[in-house]
Amino acid sequence: MAPDVLDATFAALADPTRRAILARLREGEATVTELAAPFAMTQPGISKHLRVLERAGLISRGRDAQRRPCRLEAAPLKDAVDWLANYRSYWEESYQRLDALLGELDHEGPDAAEREIR
Amino acid sequence: MTSRQEQGEGLTVRALSDTDLLLTRTFTAPRRLVFDAFTRPELLRRWHGARGWHLVVCEVDLRPGGVWRFVSRGPDGAEMGLGGVFHEVDAPGRLVHSELHDGWEEGEALVTTVFDERDGRTAMTTTVRYPSREIRDSVLRTPMERGAGEAYDRLAETLNEMTLKGELQ
Repeated sequence: MAPDVLDATFAALADPTRRAILARLREGEATVTELAAPFAMTQPGISKHLRVLERAGLISRGRDAQRRPCRLEAAPLKDAVDWLANYRSYWEESYQRLDALLGELDHEGPDAAEREIR
Repeated sequence: MTSRQEQGEGLTVRALSDTDLLLTRTFTAPRRLVFDAFTRPELLRRWHGARGWHLVVCEVDLRPGGVWRFVSRGPDGAEMGLGGVFHEVDAPGRLVHSELHDGWEEGEALVTTVFDERDGRTAMTTTVRYPSREIRDSVLRTPMERGAGEAYDRLAETLNEMTLKGELQ
């Protein structure tokens, strides 16, 4: 994946309003009017956010000139989340091994860790 | 493979400010055991590492001013060394140490780990403080990098409010 694509994705995700718009679009496509409704924001304000999301490839706009419904494009989002999740999943795998070890030590009794080193 | 009820709550990772990472994880065990598992080499060797990485050197001099040293070996035989010095050792509740990767002195981090026990479960809270945002973001890519190799200045802003397992998965 090209680094500038990831940069654009992360920049687009850095804003809470844009994340809320993406969350709304997970439920299905929506017009600018519908997207503006939950926010204390004008339609031009929302449109500005939509342009950022569109440039990042996170949404696409319909061809219908009147409505131009917005649609979530999941691929860049998935790439970014996969990339971010890498650090977490490495350590989570380690900690699951630790879960198993702690389970063994706990069942062996209170002095298990002491006996471990003898 | 451990059973469901023996697993703790999953790891969360958040970025705090420009330079910190905050990790939280709950373990289904008293904190005395968890503290031991984090500080005794014979226990550390049994869990530390993933995806083919495991400890081949593990030395821990557990006292303020004491030195620790790990070497991890990866699936293709690659080795990665790291170590540091303990600043505070307050078993079983608190551990503060420096962490430094071989050949990367400018990346020295200060790691503060707190273990809180409630009802036989232990909540781990670890704060890792790096010298700069660039270094913090670089660390996120090693040693389990998948190939994205550039610096991502926006990463910190994104991470600020977004846990790594969360709304966007």
